[in-house]
Amino acid sequence: MGEKLKRLKFFFVALVLLCPVFVLSQVQERFPKPDFESGYVRPDLLTPAPRAAVWEYMDIFVLVVALSLATYFAHKQRSRRNIFLLMVFSLVYFGFYRKGCVCSVGAVQNVSYALFNPAYIIPVSIILFFVFPIVFALFYGRTFCAAVCPLGAIQDAVILKPVHVPEWLASLLGVFPYVYLGLAVLFAATGAGFIICQYDPFIGFFRFGADFNMVILGLSVLLLGTIVARPYCRFLCPYGVILSWMSRLSRRHVRITPDECNKCRLCEESCPFGAIKKADDESQPIKKEGDVKRMAVIFVLLPVVVFGSGWVGSRLDISLSRLHPTVSLAEEVLLENSGKRTEMIDATKAFRASGKPSEELFSDANSIQNQFHKGGWILGAFIGLILCLKLISLFIRRRQLEYDVDKGICLSCGRCFAYCPYEQVRLGLMTPEELRELDRRDVKIKQFRA
Amino acid sequence: MKEREAKNRIKRRDFFQKSFHTIVGLTIGGLAGILSSKSSAEEMVWQLDPNICIQCEKCAVNCVLPHSAVKCVHSYSMCGYCDLCSGYLQPGAKSRDTGAESQLCPSGAIKRTYIEDPYFQYTIDEELCIGCGKCVKGCNSFGNGSLYLQARHDRCLNCNQCSIARRCPSQAWKRVPASQPYILRGDESGKYLNG
Repeated sequence: MGEKLKRLKFFFVALVLLCPVFVLSQVQERFPKPDFESGYVRPDLLTPAPRAAVWEYMDIFVLVVALSLATYFAHKQRSRRNIFLLMVFSLVYFGFYRKGCVCSVGAVQNVSYALFNPAYIIPVSIILFFVFPIVFALFYGRTFCAAVCPLGAIQDAVILKPVHVPEWLASLLGVFPYVYLGLAVLFAATGAGFIICQYDPFIGFFRFGADFNMVILGLSVLLLGTIVARPYCRFLCPYGVILSWMSRLSRRHVRITPDECNKCRLCEESCPFGAIKKADDESQPIKKEGDVKRMAVIFVLLPVVVFGSGWVGSRLDISLSRLHPTVSLAEEVLLENSGKRTEMIDATKAFRASGKPSEELFSDANSIQNQFHKGGWILGAFIGLILCLKLISLFIRRRQLEYDVDKGICLSCGRCFAYCPYEQVRLGLMTPEELRELDRRDVKIKQFRA
Repeated sequence: MKEREAKNRIKRRDFFQKSFHTIVGLTIGGLAGILSSKSSAEEMVWQLDPNICIQCEKCAVNCVLPHSAVKCVHSYSMCGYCDLCSGYLQPGAKSRDTGAESQLCPSGAIKRTYIEDPYFQYTIDEELCIGCGKCVKGCNSFGNGSLYLQARHDRCLNCNQCSIARRCPSQAWKRVPASQPYILRGDESGKYLNG
């Protein structure tokens, strides 16, 4: 027994001494496979399969059906109730059941990753998740946002007492989605990671678990969402930028009134998202003095601003590229090679074990930094352009003849429908005579005031 | 005269909008076409390459699931069935038995069963395994390397951006086709082409 223990001790000491040699070498047949005499049969290694492809197609099917229903509810039925019910269904299905992955918002990154990395094979289901809401928005407006997107749904469900965000502030905050979109595309295209998924504030709720910071972020966005309706959708969502542009071009878009607008102003405060364009007072001309001059100034400044912000973007290349794993690894290796740090970290240990020469890593990191340099130019110029266009759009004033939705902002949620007296007539809750009577009274009041 | 002008303007605006609409529609179609040329009908799933893995123990804590989808798996075909198993026993363990103080696994997820002299079988209880890879390190260092970590696809949510992959120091994680969802060792690797 003592002999055995001694041998065991020796064995361990030898092994501990040899440890540095062995740690990095793997898969070695140090011990021969045993020959069993007792008729022992080796158990199988179980390899449970991932979710079957059928279910991925099921998701796409649900997406298309939900989009069609949302469009039908908003355009034909004009029923806020049905839109809300569909929204709850989407929250449960795409959010809590599918755990929020993959969503159309995140698919933006897969698409840009696929476009710039030939090695990445993008699954068809992700392409369809990306394309379908866009196509629907191009024809019918943002019905996806209204009732299909789980991120929108969870925020819509907590709207309690929405405050009116001043137009200039909303316009200013509206720049953030463009910045976020630009950054997400840059990071995805260079392979640095998917930041939209990483900083998704609601995914923790869908999964009933996230790290502490993300839970705090999610809770604060939801808390903010009680007074500022759908803050993520309006002031952050990168996919919303794309949908908003599609919606602006849409052939058919929901209108507040099913018939005509009598400018009764009843719908004025009904939209929590500030998407209702008020009708102009026809008796007063639109003030235009100075606008042309200001616009001309912006047009002259436009190339300067675009170039300047492009330059700023390109100067950020080094700090942005640090988010790329290859670049950050190269920096760590460089730190060790130069002797500034003597102790290895996990990442550099793994790199050195792989036997890849440092020079190769450095040249890889260098080419990635070059990509970031180019990308930084494009991103900066893009943001500059957006800023200028936002400014210009403030000076473009078109005569608004009736109350209508701003196609870019409107989510087709259907909240305003019921405020319109013509909608009440359509639903049979009011007779046309009553409406005419109301109109007549309204005209009289106006005359009285005048 | 003015009326006609207004009418024309509306028509012009309408025309511009229509043409923009068509152009954007065609662009989206083109984009979808380009993408579909780079696509496959198959889903991609996350998996870690055990040959790159350095058992840093991050898999145990960085999964979005409360209990990590990464578990230790065992290629029995490679196992030496040793009595003195460096994946099972603490280095310097006083005795080679199933006592908690001798075990390397922090959650006692490895079951040791006697087969015949001098062989023991080691099985992983996935319910208990936390995916830390301590046993993997032991087995790789002194044994045959038959224990290694894998994302188990009955648990993995297949997030668009894997939360573990993002923090993996050895960049061992990659997207693999759903038909070959594991990277296995030994005879078991025959199950999938990319062994």
